[in-house]
Amino acid sequence: MAAPLVRHAMRRCLAHNCAVTVRRGLRSGATPSVFTRLLLKLDHYFYDVESFLYLKEWWKTKVVKFQNKYFGYVQKRYGAQIGAAYYILAIKGSFRFAGQSQWFRPDSTGMFSFMRSPHGQIEEVDLSGTLINLNGLGNLISQNKLKTLSLRGCPEVDDWFLARLHVFRDSLVELDLSDCTHVTVGGLAALQNLRKLKRLDISGLPRLQCPGLVRILLEEMLPHCQVIGVESEQGMIQPERQEPTDIDDASTQSGLRRS
Amino acid sequence: MWRRLFATAPAFRAQKAPCRSFKSSRRSDKDVFEEVEDQFRAFRKKAVKAMPGSDWSPFELTPGLPPERADVVIIGGGVVGWSIAYWIKRKERTRGALRVVVVEKDPTYSQASTVLSCGGIRQQFSLKENILLSLESADFLRNINKHLWVTNEDPVDLQFNHSGYLFLASEKSAHVMEENYSTQRYAGAKVVLLSPSQLKERFPWMNTEGVALASLGLENEGWFDPWSLLNAFRRKALSMGVYQCFGEVTGFRYSTQIAEVAEGDFVDFRRIKCVNVRMPNSLEYQPVECPVVVNAAGANSGKIAAMLGIGLGPEESVSGIPFPVEPRKRFVYVVHCPDGPGLDTPFLIDYSGVYLRREGLGGNYIAGMSPEETEEPDISNLDVDHEFFQEKVWHHLAHRIPAFEKLKVSSAWAGFYDYNTFDQNGILGLHPLVANMYFATGFSGHGLQQSPAVGRAIAELILDRGYKTIDLSAFGIKRIIKKKPILERNIV
Repeated sequence: MAAPLVRHAMRRCLAHNCAVTVRRGLRSGATPSVFTRLLLKLDHYFYDVESFLYLKEWWKTKVVKFQNKYFGYVQKRYGAQIGAAYYILAIKGSFRFAGQSQWFRPDSTGMFSFMRSPHGQIEEVDLSGTLINLNGLGNLISQNKLKTLSLRGCPEVDDWFLARLHVFRDSLVELDLSDCTHVTVGGLAALQNLRKLKRLDISGLPRLQCPGLVRILLEEMLPHCQVIGVESEQGMIQPERQEPTDIDDASTQSGLRRS
Repeated sequence: MWRRLFATAPAFRAQKAPCRSFKSSRRSDKDVFEEVEDQFRAFRKKAVKAMPGSDWSPFELTPGLPPERADVVIIGGGVVGWSIAYWIKRKERTRGALRVVVVEKDPTYSQASTVLSCGGIRQQFSLKENILLSLESADFLRNINKHLWVTNEDPVDLQFNHSGYLFLASEKSAHVMEENYSTQRYAGAKVVLLSPSQLKERFPWMNTEGVALASLGLENEGWFDPWSLLNAFRRKALSMGVYQCFGEVTGFRYSTQIAEVAEGDFVDFRRIKCVNVRMPNSLEYQPVECPVVVNAAGANSGKIAAMLGIGLGPEESVSGIPFPVEPRKRFVYVVHCPDGPGLDTPFLIDYSGVYLRREGLGGNYIAGMSPEETEEPDISNLDVDHEFFQEKVWHHLAHRIPAFEKLKVSSAWAGFYDYNTFDQNGILGLHPLVANMYFATGFSGHGLQQSPAVGRAIAELILDRGYKTIDLSAFGIKRIIKKKPILERNIV
């Protein structure tokens, strides 16, 4: 199938392994602020700072945990559909019921109201920029008509989350994973269970080492799926551009040696 | 604290410098009593150090010696050993309450089973205990940065590949697979069964001839980098105050008590008092006095057990039953096949016994197979038998995946399994003949994937005197003495 193309891409990718390693070094998150760096420095010397850092981390996980709690009571009282809708609005996402064109989303103050749909289930969900994680996904599992899921810029979405997406394997058509900082190729491999997938956005994933190659492999894995957001050439340095630099390097090196 | 902060900050130092020139000394503004207090404090420290029960010694010591006394000595610094160390430290009530020493023979880990394994994790077992152990370990790996992240260090990156395991069953073993499937679903594992036609549709590169049924893991299955997990455990445990010591356990000092058992036999009950740890490349050894010893020596744990006389007694008695763990050599081959299957390659396990997984994105794969019981290779070294791949592995592999007709073996290695000859499952808990040695060995190839949960279970046994999270009493040593094996129902 796409084997020659893959081989070609691979050869280029392997040839520039060093370039990839450099990028890998840089990708470990954004540069921390001056204050954070000061704290990390002081952490070497003082237990108080260490416990402060622990407290900060504890608070962060607490918030994520609170945002992703299981809406068991609502689900039991009003049904799984209302539970899922309530959860989506509570973490400031938006959704659309099947057979309706209206999107429900909270207003700027976080208040929301929605009409219960008589038989329609949730069809489209937009969770861009929310703190959804694996536990939160448990609230949506019963929505077996879910067609579109947008997870643009979700900081808590990781490979384990993608592996759990198999619960929508009979319905999910469109998936947007752009700018999810924790997603790697190991998680994208788990998308093979989503056989109905037609459209996948993988732009701006900082931990992907060879986005171009991954795109080709994904297209091979899911033949009916259109993978967007990444050019096939991305992550690979053009050979024609690279050759002269090699010569340049050699000449400068020899020049140095001569002088 | 603030004084130290000011002294370290360069801005404050710079301000201080011109002030000093006006005074001949700083003694006048110093409190006399404070000085006396300091003297007292130093004296107290010295006195505490010289008291019995401490490590203080007036003589020069070899660097790297283990402490003379410890609360728990863990023999074997593989992933299971370090996991036990981490969980013991995690469960202790106050910081530094327990002194844990991990003794590892090989500082380079060149022969350690942990780093030479394939790194897979699966829930497709037939025993409930194994499934639960693996599920809990998967949960641990999911939250690995909550457990093993050390402040001021990079977060742990396991490079987990969520590709799942795919088991293929032939006509003969299909009913076993169905039974296993219902056990797995019941225990909470996410597995689906596939018919041959579904299999062909999902994995078009596969030849489904001879396959009657297949089961594919959807979640929590895949493979990861064993070295990252080992290092993460070690880094975290060291940061929590575990002592690491490179040396070899050469013997024990123990007390023996003779007792009569029900059948009228006399057996020796032993209690370990000291563990003798020999330093690498020297004859010097250090006895470590300790109340609890954990045997997590993996492939060598049978040897450690024999040092305590387990299996050396008269044949019919309890002490004559040998500890059934021995090293077995397994070969792993790295093959290169540019036309092979792509990103959707699962960890494939064929009913012939051949396994295969992808390694990276560059068309490399890892393959291997367990040899027949009668053809076990020699275990004195870690040399690879390349003939084995040509004769045994390749034709199975090429039959299953036709693209593998053309492949190149790019490298290979061999590693040891801590093979449990009795029933190929882990052995956990106390031995009835040794009062204070806990065993955590004999996993026969599942040690890496079960290590986080096993570490927790052993820590619970030691500190809480019983299992709290998963009941693993079925994996106890009793089953060996009663000769009642609990076997996995394999499809292979």
